[in-house]
Amino acid sequence: MGDKATQRPGPMRVAGIPGPGGSGGPQGRTIERAKDARGALRRLMPYLRPYRGALVGATLAAALGTAMALAAPFLMGRAIDQLSKKDLGALLVPVLLMLAAYGLSAAAQLVQGVVITRISQKAMRALRGDLFGHLQTLPLRFFDTSAQGELMSRLTNDMDAINRVLTHNATQIFTGILTLAGILGIIFFLSPWLAAGSMLSFPLMIGLVGIVGRKTRTVFRSYQERLGRLNAVLEETYSGQRVVLSFGQEQDVMARFDRANEAVRATGVKAMTLALVVMPMMGILSNLNVAILCGLGGWLAIRGMVSIGTIAAFISYSRRFAEPLRQLGNLYNQVQGALAGAERIFQLMDTRPDRIDAPRSTAFSRVAGEVDIDNICFSYKPGVPVLRDISLHVRPGQRIALVGPTGAGKTTLVNLLSRFYEIDSGTIRIDGVDIRSVSRDSLRRQLGVVLQHSFLFSESVMENIRYGRLDASDEDVFAAARLAHADGFIRRLPKGYGTLLSERGQSLSEGQRQLLSIARAILADPAILVLDEATSSVDTRTELAIQKALNELMRGRTSFVIAHRLSTITGADQVVVIDDGRVVEQGTHDQLLAREGVYRRLYQSQFRDRERLRGASEN
Amino acid sequence: MKSLPRLYRFLRPYRRQSIVALLMLLLMVAADLVIPRLTQRVIDQGIAAHNLPVVITTALYMVAASTLSVILALVNNALSVKAAVGFGTDLRSALMRKVQTFSFGNLDRLQTGHLIVRSTSDVNAVQIIVMLLLRIMTRAPIWAAGAIVLLVFTSPRLAVIMAVFVPLIVALVWIFARKAHRMYRLMQKRLDRLNTVLQENLAGIRVVKAFVRTVHEIGRFDEANTALMNRTMQVAQLMAVFLPLMLLVLNMAIVSAVWFGGKFAIAGEMSVGHVVAAINYLAFALFPILLLGSMLGPLSAADASAGRILEILDAEPRVRPAERPATPDTPKGRIVFEGVGFGYDGNGAEPVLCDVSFAAEPGETVAILGATGSGKSTLIHLIPRFYDVTAGRITFDGTDLRELDLGWLRRTVGVVLQEAVLFSGTVRDNICFGRRTASEEEIRTAARAAQAEDFIAALPKGYDTVIGQRGVTLSGGQRQRIAIARALLVQPKVLILDDATSALDIETEIRLQDALDRLIGVSQGTTTRFIVAQRISTVLLADRILLLDRGRVDAVGTHQELLDSNSLYRDIYRSQLGEPPGEETGRNG
Repeated sequence: MGDKATQRPGPMRVAGIPGPGGSGGPQGRTIERAKDARGALRRLMPYLRPYRGALVGATLAAALGTAMALAAPFLMGRAIDQLSKKDLGALLVPVLLMLAAYGLSAAAQLVQGVVITRISQKAMRALRGDLFGHLQTLPLRFFDTSAQGELMSRLTNDMDAINRVLTHNATQIFTGILTLAGILGIIFFLSPWLAAGSMLSFPLMIGLVGIVGRKTRTVFRSYQERLGRLNAVLEETYSGQRVVLSFGQEQDVMARFDRANEAVRATGVKAMTLALVVMPMMGILSNLNVAILCGLGGWLAIRGMVSIGTIAAFISYSRRFAEPLRQLGNLYNQVQGALAGAERIFQLMDTRPDRIDAPRSTAFSRVAGEVDIDNICFSYKPGVPVLRDISLHVRPGQRIALVGPTGAGKTTLVNLLSRFYEIDSGTIRIDGVDIRSVSRDSLRRQLGVVLQHSFLFSESVMENIRYGRLDASDEDVFAAARLAHADGFIRRLPKGYGTLLSERGQSLSEGQRQLLSIARAILADPAILVLDEATSSVDTRTELAIQKALNELMRGRTSFVIAHRLSTITGADQVVVIDDGRVVEQGTHDQLLAREGVYRRLYQSQFRDRERLRGASEN
Repeated sequence: MKSLPRLYRFLRPYRRQSIVALLMLLLMVAADLVIPRLTQRVIDQGIAAHNLPVVITTALYMVAASTLSVILALVNNALSVKAAVGFGTDLRSALMRKVQTFSFGNLDRLQTGHLIVRSTSDVNAVQIIVMLLLRIMTRAPIWAAGAIVLLVFTSPRLAVIMAVFVPLIVALVWIFARKAHRMYRLMQKRLDRLNTVLQENLAGIRVVKAFVRTVHEIGRFDEANTALMNRTMQVAQLMAVFLPLMLLVLNMAIVSAVWFGGKFAIAGEMSVGHVVAAINYLAFALFPILLLGSMLGPLSAADASAGRILEILDAEPRVRPAERPATPDTPKGRIVFEGVGFGYDGNGAEPVLCDVSFAAEPGETVAILGATGSGKSTLIHLIPRFYDVTAGRITFDGTDLRELDLGWLRRTVGVVLQEAVLFSGTVRDNICFGRRTASEEEIRTAARAAQAEDFIAALPKGYDTVIGQRGVTLSGGQRQRIAIARALLVQPKVLILDDATSALDIETEIRLQDALDRLIGVSQGTTTRFIVAQRISTVLLADRILLLDRGRVDAVGTHQELLDSNSLYRDIYRSQLGEPPGEETGRNG
């Protein structure tokens, strides 16, 4: 979870607030560094390149805006100097110039703001789009090995950090540096003597920002760590709340939470107090400077070496020195954080995509459904084989039941058919064609898959079923739902087929969700069907109905069924018993039963139940 | 701004810090406001009068005043941080404490993700506002007020300029803030939408790939992505226009002060020092308004957060603890349903259970069968009071459940839920979750009975193997077995298995079943069991089978009785044996 706070925009910064304190808090700022900041920056550049012209314009506008904003106090000093001359006409000139300077500054800032906003948002869209597009090409292995919740929040946070840097901070850095340089230039121009006086406090300010900044980063890192731990506790407790409740363990859980919560309080107070020290300290130095200026300036003024207007302008400029300095200090953290985020995003974009289709790959149009699996081996991790030397020959329209204990490799085997993973050796042929020589998309269109856990989208019921065939008419959807025996319950939903499924279909029961995913597969009308334990949590009577529908569906299609229940297996043309990654037995139900093997053992355990049932019914 | 003030009670423990912090602010403003006065003295009485001692003493006063202001700011910061962080910590704790009083009825309405957001970013948003309130938001109006008063004293005529600009600035801030608030909300919606699409593509990538829908998904994402870009642009452009515009208006006010003040000074009606001081006061008076305006955004965001937090804090626990809770000493485990009815949404919605009556004698095993959505899970969830009945009553050894101590009831009734949720920690920690004091022997016995011992032994560190968050490193079947061991360990008087074996393969399930059977044999007469199951074989040994059909009891009896008298049961039975269903099938479709 890390750092939720960064998702909300902090209070807007307003330039030129007088006095110490400043605004905004440092809460929830991620403090981290990119390993290769320059590299990350270089990768971000192409997203801005299309807007080179506009960027140059915005930069010029920012420079103009800063220059004009800096010119104003200088002009004000001039205006004040005119007062002693008792000449209203002479006052008019600097006043009009001030007006013009402020006007130009505002216009330039506006133009720069609007242009930068447009550019950065377009760049962000492109970056998000590229990332998403890349995610789509990643192999399943990638999704198997990364925790999705974490990945998701990381992506959201990282994108947000980059967005902020592009939209605000980049300009702030530019104008900040420009302002500091401008102030130094102007004060030396105005009066080298007074400028030299100011030089006493400016280096102290810079040093202060550096030292406190470093210290703050250290404390904040430990704050972030504890916050992370607290979030982990929160997430786990809330997601396991039902278990907590069912065991009456509320007090225990509360104690665990309290420990993590208190730890956050302690470091939170320390980190935030420390972060807020900078600005008042800068205030002290800034005020010290003002006093020096007043004293020194007064002394010089009495000797006629500087004018009162110059002193006023000087004070005004030296007050402006602290703010950009502090801002730059803060920006350092934010930019580093964003670059670290960018680095992670580019790392993700560098993850190798799924093997691209073979150069001269053909496309399946409609296969008959003959499947030949020859001596295939597969492992997720090198050296840990999951499937060893499996061979299987299936004629079009045959029904294959895959049987075996959990972890035997049944699911892996059917995943290989869809080329979710690539086999290490051996071949899989459909209608005599090696599936590696056809395009992955055309292969997958031949296969209908009902997965172990029904996944639905947060769209309407209608759209979820239509996912199987995007151009299906409403009537087709209804028909598929009827075949899957889902029509009845769908029509009883508040808005029937138009009912929106909230977050991943939470509002439906597991059984109902399965019915929907079956309807989706029915609509897809595949030549080859894969049912991965899909019927396991639909209860018997519903399953009975589904069985009839599926029987209908499986007729004329090659089907691979992974089922728990022997009653669904007995009707299969071939039963394949898989154990520890090997085909240990293969044949019809009767053939296998005749052997003294694993299948017989499995069958007997079920058979014994039957005997029990029979016995019970005959009593 | 309705919700934020209601959270005031969480600031109350930090009232002392808060009041002192605000007092500091007041003094700080006073110190700050003295400085333009002193500047005026330097100019008029020092420089103009060529009086160096005045210049130097006044400069020292200025240093003193501003140093005081800075020290006050430091104290204010420290106190504000303490109060705000304390506020946030307590608020988070209150949320967690509240959630602990929730039953399933409350939890059904809340998604875990939302709960987490409320305890993290919502609390954070409110905490930031409290800190701003104590540090800046309160200071701004005092500052403005003080500056205005002093401006009027310094130059009543220049104060008129204020009278022109203040309403203008206030109006502008108001208009922009309202607009920004609305736009921000719309943008947030677009962001949520984008995140949903992304989330779904991470979680449902198999489906996307299996149906070859990459192009479709990229299109869906593009749509959400562009919509978000447009909204974000709107908000950011509004700000890009607002800030320069506001600064322009402020600066115009200052330029007019320079012009008119200059005119008065040239006419000899005001000293130069007075003009400079007046300009300073004008700036002091106007900037806080802008500052406040810029805080309206975060403020209304924080108010929305406070609203979401209050939604939880205000929620009525659906299951209330008994007023004078009974904790029977020697529970027997006799559970009786008397005309029980239940609906998830009180009125309107179709009731899930209707007029359910039956009795489970101590030590009996009751199996519950029925179609999807027939109310099986609901029925057993009523026993540990995960929900309360909406009609009739359930008694435990003759006492209404609602009169028993809730904690006692839940520790006496052991439940294995459909979805096995584990916690991070070791395997042992998880099994001991319900009874930390269990001995090693008891843990092993429970694990053995749950058929979990073999795979636990095969884990790298056995019982001390650390399993990841929510047990992701284990298979569904393994998690399920640990969950069963966890329930067995508390040696409940009443044990409920909610279709807990569906994630197991046949062999394991059979072994588990045997173990449970043996356990049943051992504990015969001591543990009352409710089993929700789909397989007839699972329920064969049950003393009583409860057949549910659309929330009603279709039949109660032993296997044999139901086989003889109930056609629905016969259908299920036949389908389990792989035989074609009878002609009378399909009352339920």
